Amino acid sequence: MRFGVVVFPGSNCDHDAWYAVTANLGHEADFLWHSDRGLKGADCVILPGGFSYGDYLRCGAIAKFSPVMESVKRHAAEGGLVLGICNGFQILTECGLLPGALVRNRNLKFICKPVELRAATPNSPFTCAIPADASLTIPIAHGEGCYTASEEMLDRLEAEDRVAFRYVQNPNGSLRDIAGVLNEGRNVLGMMPHPERATDPLMGSVDGRLVFESLIQTLAPAQ
Amino acid sequence: MSEITPEIVAAHQLTPDEYDRIVAILGREPNLTELGIFSVMWSEHCSYKSSRLHLKKLPTRSPRVVQGPGENAGILDIGKDAAGNDYCIAFKIESHNHPSFIEPFQGAATGVGGILRDIFTMGARPIAVMDALRFGPLDHPTAGARNRRILDGVVSGIAHYGNCFGVPTVGGETVFEPSYNGNPLVNVFALGVFRKDQIFYGKASGEGNPVIYVGAKTGRDGIHGASMASAEFTEESKQKRPNVQVGDPFMEKLLLEACIEAMATGAIAGIQDMGAAGLTCSTCEMGSRAGTGIEFDLKHVPQREKGMTPYEIMLSESQERMLLVAFKGREQEVLDVFKKWGLDAVIIGQVTTDGILRVKDHGTVVAEIPNRPLADEAPLYDRPYTQPLRTAPLEAPAFASADLTADLFTLAGSGDLCDKRWIWEQYDYMVRTNTLAGPGGDAAVVRIKETGSSVAMALDGNGRYTLLDPREGAKLMVAECCRNLSCVGAEPVGATNNLNFGNPERPEIMAQLVEAIEGMAEACAFFETPITGGNVSLYNETLGDPIFPSPVLGIVGLLPTADPPGIAFRGEGHHVYLLGGIGEADEQRMGCTQYAKQVVQQMWGLPPRLDMEFEKKVQQAVREIVRSGAAASAHDVSDGGLVWALAECSFPNGIGVAAEVDSDLRPELLLFHEGPSRVVISTADPGVVETIAAHHGVPAVRLGQTVRNRLAVVNRGEALIGTELDALKERWSTALASQLEAELHV
Repeated sequence: MRFGVVVFPGSNCDHDAWYAVTANLGHEADFLWHSDRGLKGADCVILPGGFSYGDYLRCGAIAKFSPVMESVKRHAAEGGLVLGICNGFQILTECGLLPGALVRNRNLKFICKPVELRAATPNSPFTCAIPADASLTIPIAHGEGCYTASEEMLDRLEAEDRVAFRYVQNPNGSLRDIAGVLNEGRNVLGMMPHPERATDPLMGSVDGRLVFESLIQTLAPAQ
Repeated sequence: MSEITPEIVAAHQLTPDEYDRIVAILGREPNLTELGIFSVMWSEHCSYKSSRLHLKKLPTRSPRVVQGPGENAGILDIGKDAAGNDYCIAFKIESHNHPSFIEPFQGAATGVGGILRDIFTMGARPIAVMDALRFGPLDHPTAGARNRRILDGVVSGIAHYGNCFGVPTVGGETVFEPSYNGNPLVNVFALGVFRKDQIFYGKASGEGNPVIYVGAKTGRDGIHGASMASAEFTEESKQKRPNVQVGDPFMEKLLLEACIEAMATGAIAGIQDMGAAGLTCSTCEMGSRAGTGIEFDLKHVPQREKGMTPYEIMLSESQERMLLVAFKGREQEVLDVFKKWGLDAVIIGQVTTDGILRVKDHGTVVAEIPNRPLADEAPLYDRPYTQPLRTAPLEAPAFASADLTADLFTLAGSGDLCDKRWIWEQYDYMVRTNTLAGPGGDAAVVRIKETGSSVAMALDGNGRYTLLDPREGAKLMVAECCRNLSCVGAEPVGATNNLNFGNPERPEIMAQLVEAIEGMAEACAFFETPITGGNVSLYNETLGDPIFPSPVLGIVGLLPTADPPGIAFRGEGHHVYLLGGIGEADEQRMGCTQYAKQVVQQMWGLPPRLDMEFEKKVQQAVREIVRSGAAASAHDVSDGGLVWALAECSFPNGIGVAAEVDSDLRPELLLFHEGPSRVVISTADPGVVETIAAHHGVPAVRLGQTVRNRLAVVNRGEALIGTELDALKERWSTALASQLEAELHV
């Protein structure tokens, strides 16, 4: 399987995502420069963590205008897989691929720590390999990770089974403990926790592998 | 051209003698721009004029040292990768004390930015940052509110810069003393990794080579920052906020990526960041190192605002700027890389052979100064020194504990010993997925993916020890730092120092500096950790009150990549040993301890006694035990003494120890003395621990076994300490947040 890792000038988890899917999971991956169009044949595009264009205005507010995002949107519209992690999640909400918004953490501080997550649905290409009752230990590292959306939208997300992950102990004030959501087509996931940081036993947890293994399992029959 | 009066000279913090020297170098009176240039280059901050004589005493060489002091950072060889390429690390510590007092957020943020540039200007990609922070007490009756605001601002500033840049902040230490009320310390350590054949130096070589300015535009911020950092604080200097620079970590990240990419083209001859003293320092130092001159025109320098004078442009300390020299004919390759990253890159001049820094403004020469005297022949002072300032009595007061367990709770709630999670959870300590051991342990460990080996690093300093005896205090600091590295299995190989002291023109302060340097020199030579660079921060006084003499040391060590044991007891029924034994203590040597500070609330006497030979044996034994895999945990005994070390081992997993000892010491000393050369080890394999300890001739005292949720110490049948862990941990883990958040969220 081939991953494409988008590189904005302020991405700083781009290499971690690349390392996770190549060295730790044994798949192919290319970097995709923000000002280029084209995805080099990626089956799954990863929008990594970081600060895209500095994010002084609003996280992801400028990234949504970048050339590479035109290609990502087309890929998503055609049913292609897109995984937005942290800043990538923020960008996906800014450009309308996912509903809601990420605002400042309730305590107004950046928070970096491992948290407990539960997959809220097995019914997605990002969660299908995760055992139903599993509690996953995956780190968060963000200042603006508090998920918000209108009550109607939150109800709709739940009714349509589009909440992908929930925090066991809500670290940042996210509404309804939401840590990750899916688009209507279920081929785009945004999540604040960093699964790529939990793919190597030396980093303390390998629970993040389950997200990538779900993707691999989803695509395997097609290949 | 304005007339230079004695008042103008004094306002530039130059002495009449120094002014005469400038006139002699130039063979004429300087103009105002030239005077400004001399004043920053000859400031204490840039020239080390009070400390240079003594810094020469420090050991700086070993077979691993590729670059010692004098460059942007020190470099050590760490060995080869699988393909046979030699790899190196570059590292240094630097202070940003004065700016952090004036504007905590930006002061600390730009402190991080400055040291990161020092690392990547040499070609190394930064992979770790650590911070040593000193503040006034958060509950101080008059300064508490300000101290809380400073701490909050400093931590946010470090987090903002490091997190956005994408370098993990993997550790550090935070200590509180009233002497830092008006003078907090922010010392930032950074470490980077690169291949040995990819090292770049700050040299302007090659006649006619173009000189290129890259990065942020030059503004009026930070003018005279270097000379501000070389003056004591007075009432007026609190008004100096415009002197503090503003940081842009996104710009810095672009600079990093662009510089590393540009270096790979092979078109760069030399490169240096613009830090303190900005364009002035980078142009004259690069010329001086290469024995060349640089000639450039200010009209090419990208400027943030209109109407800036040559004086302002030359002295600006705007952040995120670099100066580089390209090979003639290949400049376009360099410019193209910077364009790709959306950065300004402009040819501003060229390298000459006459050794002169020649600055033009639209063709008119506005400054013309020989590089070498400016950069390397700054005044050198052998400042008089007497006996170190001592503000505490030698004799111990009478003290006796009413309740030892209550004393332990007092320590748990103290600023120095309480949980610092509130601070380090604001730092992204995992980005780059190399952090094998992050904050909260004895030493941080960062994996080097390229070589399959890892680097451990620790920062240490103890102002109380160095106040009571600067020489012995400095030696203890080196010993502790090396011990911390040994606890994760690392072999210490090199060091960087940050010397934070008061006004060196006072002989009793100068004496603190001299003795601390000599102590550090002796111990660094003994433990084979050469000093490869560092920083001196003097004049840390406010209204005549000096800080405690506060040297801070960063030591790096090497180890094979593995999961380090950590400090935490990991399972019930493990055997707990005190490697190195109970140690020696007396009333006089209790006066420096956390027990004296937090419980007796006095300071007196002397720091603990250190036997360096014995210390080395203990460290060797610890390393061997850890590397054998027999240690479930390893944690050195330092601040707070034995019982506090046991408490720290117990907190993470709620697994404590029931310890029984056999000692003549009275309980307060036995539990809380801070004698060095001791490490708490837990193991499921006691035979291995005992065998290795015996092999090194080091006592391994068996304390007892690990137990769930309990910490107890019994001496010869007498119960000294007994508590459930939950309550003690609650006190420890909430102390800092409750002191800070009560205020900040009003």
